[in-house]
Amino acid sequence: MSDLWDGLLQAAWLLLTLDADLVEITLRSLRVTLTALLVACLIALPLAALLAVRRFRLRRATIAILNALMGLPPVVVGLVVYVMLSRAGPFGVLGLLFTPTAMIIAQVIIIVPLVASIAHQSLRDLWSDYHDLLISLNASQVQRICTLLWDGRRALLTAALAGFGRAIGEVGAIMIVGGNIDHATRVLTTAIALETGKGDFAMALGLGFVLIALAVVVNLAIHWLGKTESEGRW
Amino acid sequence: MTDLFPLTVQDASVRRRGKTLVGPVDLTLQGAGTTLVIGPNGSGKTTLLKMLHGILRLAGGQIRWNCETEQAQRHQAFVFQTPVMMRRSVVENIAYPLTLNGVGRKQALAEAAASAERIGLGGDALQRSALLLSGGERQKLALARALIRKPRVLFLDEPCAALDGRATREIEDILQEAAKGGTRLIMSTHDMGQARRLADEILFVLHGKVAEFAPAEAFFAGPTHDKARAFLNGDIVE
Amino acid sequence: MMRFICGAIAALALGGAASAAELKMAVTTSFHNSGLAQVLLPQIQADLGLDLQLLVVGTGQAIRLGEAGDVDAILVHSKAAEEAFVAEGHGAHRREIMYNDFVFVGPVTDPAGVAASGSAAEAMQKLAAETPVFVSRGDDSGTHKKELSLWASAQLVPETFGSWYRAVGAGMGAALNTAAGLNGYVLSDRASWLNFANPGDLTLLFAGDPVLFNQYTFIPVNPARHPHVPADLVAQLEAWLVSDTAKMLINDYQIDGEQLFVFNAAP
Ligand SMILES: Nc1ncnc2c1ncn2[C@@H]1O[C@H](COP(=O)(O)OP(=O)(O)OP(=O)(O)O)[C@@H](O)[C@H]1O
Ligand SMILES: [Mg+2]
Repeated sequence: MSDLWDGLLQAAWLLLTLDADLVEITLRSLRVTLTALLVACLIALPLAALLAVRRFRLRRATIAILNALMGLPPVVVGLVVYVMLSRAGPFGVLGLLFTPTAMIIAQVIIIVPLVASIAHQSLRDLWSDYHDLLISLNASQVQRICTLLWDGRRALLTAALAGFGRAIGEVGAIMIVGGNIDHATRVLTTAIALETGKGDFAMALGLGFVLIALAVVVNLAIHWLGKTESEGRW
Repeated sequence: MTDLFPLTVQDASVRRRGKTLVGPVDLTLQGAGTTLVIGPNGSGKTTLLKMLHGILRLAGGQIRWNCETEQAQRHQAFVFQTPVMMRRSVVENIAYPLTLNGVGRKQALAEAAASAERIGLGGDALQRSALLLSGGERQKLALARALIRKPRVLFLDEPCAALDGRATREIEDILQEAAKGGTRLIMSTHDMGQARRLADEILFVLHGKVAEFAPAEAFFAGPTHDKARAFLNGDIVE
Repeated sequence: MMRFICGAIAALALGGAASAAELKMAVTTSFHNSGLAQVLLPQIQADLGLDLQLLVVGTGQAIRLGEAGDVDAILVHSKAAEEAFVAEGHGAHRREIMYNDFVFVGPVTDPAGVAASGSAAEAMQKLAAETPVFVSRGDDSGTHKKELSLWASAQLVPETFGSWYRAVGAGMGAALNTAAGLNGYVLSDRASWLNFANPGDLTLLFAGDPVLFNQYTFIPVNPARHPHVPADLVAQLEAWLVSDTAKMLINDYQIDGEQLFVFNAAP
């Protein structure tokens, strides 16, 4: 119990003094996760829309696989990316292991199935609404996809936020591929693991509270942006 | 441009899960006049209209316009039995078909606003979410959206169902104006009064087949098909 | 769209690589937990303009990283493994830098009487006889290897131990956390112990046997095998680590008034 209290105090102290290390790792957490989210959305959302509007042979299989991959264990993703990016692996020449880019790659792999699955669920419903109209209006495949993505943007925001939540709190994969290097690849979650390892629970909890606060603030900010953009029932 | 008509339907049918919903249908539609499709619930009016519109896969036979199918598709529009409201504002809904044609957003919105004005959805309503509209307003929006690309053929599936007399009259006025402007109307209804007011020819559908196809005057004077006669008398037709 | 994604990734990748000269070195958890790195790294940055990035892992993984060429040098403390690493051509050569020592940590009540031992081997025998909870790193780290060699020198085989012997498969901090939670014994390097913030009822029971000394060795990854390793930078780093500046910093480093490391590099 006293550890929790110390953790809260520690968090308050870190925030009030704007601790330089804290600011650095917080910004890095944000940069890595938001970049991963951006890349993941660019892949997952059009894929989700394509799966909604187009009947191709492997469609059902693709959806089933995406759903299954939602539960992908991050540690395994981390290991696979590690082996791929290691100098001894196929992409070793790129020298990406233990860099923020490696962490972004791992996070993208972890959240693409999640974002795509959630997005596909809502876009599928939207498509069953729009199906007759868009076919009747002779909309091209690309126009159909763009229409679904635009009109479904509220629901897609939810999918993106789910992806953000999973990525920002992830530790297993980015610990492995990032290496938790001070001033290079240390982020909030790996710093928490490190402080726990040192037995400094107050510091670990303090960072944990900062992490939670960060997730809440980003969620609120995105929701607020979505709200001001359009009032109404969609 | 060569006209789309005549439209020739040969032996066309639509099947779902082994059951024939409509067909086989043999039919020739000329380019002038307004066709009203009537028949009991579940007789296949919606399916027939969608089939003619070309958005259902044919199980057999063919539907031929007097031009390339692709060109024919670009000059048709459809108002569905339950209008599809896109999750956008009223004006954006109406402008949507224009933007698909590559018309610039500003111009498309201006045209849509003008057309919304004409059907009485102007002013405040323009920027409201289409999902907040009443049933009658939805029908008007769907009609405006269907007319915005100035189609040669307009299919309407019971556009006035569940509307009061005044709203029905407003829609009919819009339709008659469109017909005068050269739009070929093919429309289903359960309202015999409306059929009498608008129709130049009547298509009576029963059990997925065209039971009778006749000029309106002749049909209302005395249908040859006895089920059609019963239907006109208000009897229940099985 | 694909172009955009590639652009974004490339921008990030370049953003990461644009800074000053970088070296990656794998170091053991025990070295990092000592806090000495926080003293050495800024000085290295100042003297060499070198951004030395530390990967904190167990000795086993440090050696694997060196073998794959994922790091440019390693700083570890497990002589047998180091010699094999160099013999197989993965490492260029061994360069001894400094040593610290291992200590026996356990409950204040000391039910096994480890505090009164005359040697490390005797302490091991007492533990095996009394079977109090003993937490082992169990992660193939240098500390774990040292513990195994101590059991062996006392003619004991951990595989035959009962449930009192707990292999946690984790870093030093986690092992100390576990020992504190179970109020058990654990073998730790002195630095990790002194820096440990959550000791509970644990205390230092036994230290000082020369077999407990813990030699840290710097090994550059063999540039002949891994051409991407910046050999000249690694050589600069090695020269710095054996310099008088390093000697002073290492010998003067203290926690709670105790010296942790003894510099012993041959010039
Ligand atoms: N996709 C489908 N699969 C199976 N049966 C269908 C399908 N679509 C329509 N039907 C069936 O086909 C028949 C004709 O339906 P349709 O909607 O064309 O009737 P309708 O004449 O428009 O009726 P209403 O006047 O009630 O609108 C109905 O019995 C209906 O249940
Ligand atoms: Mg119908």
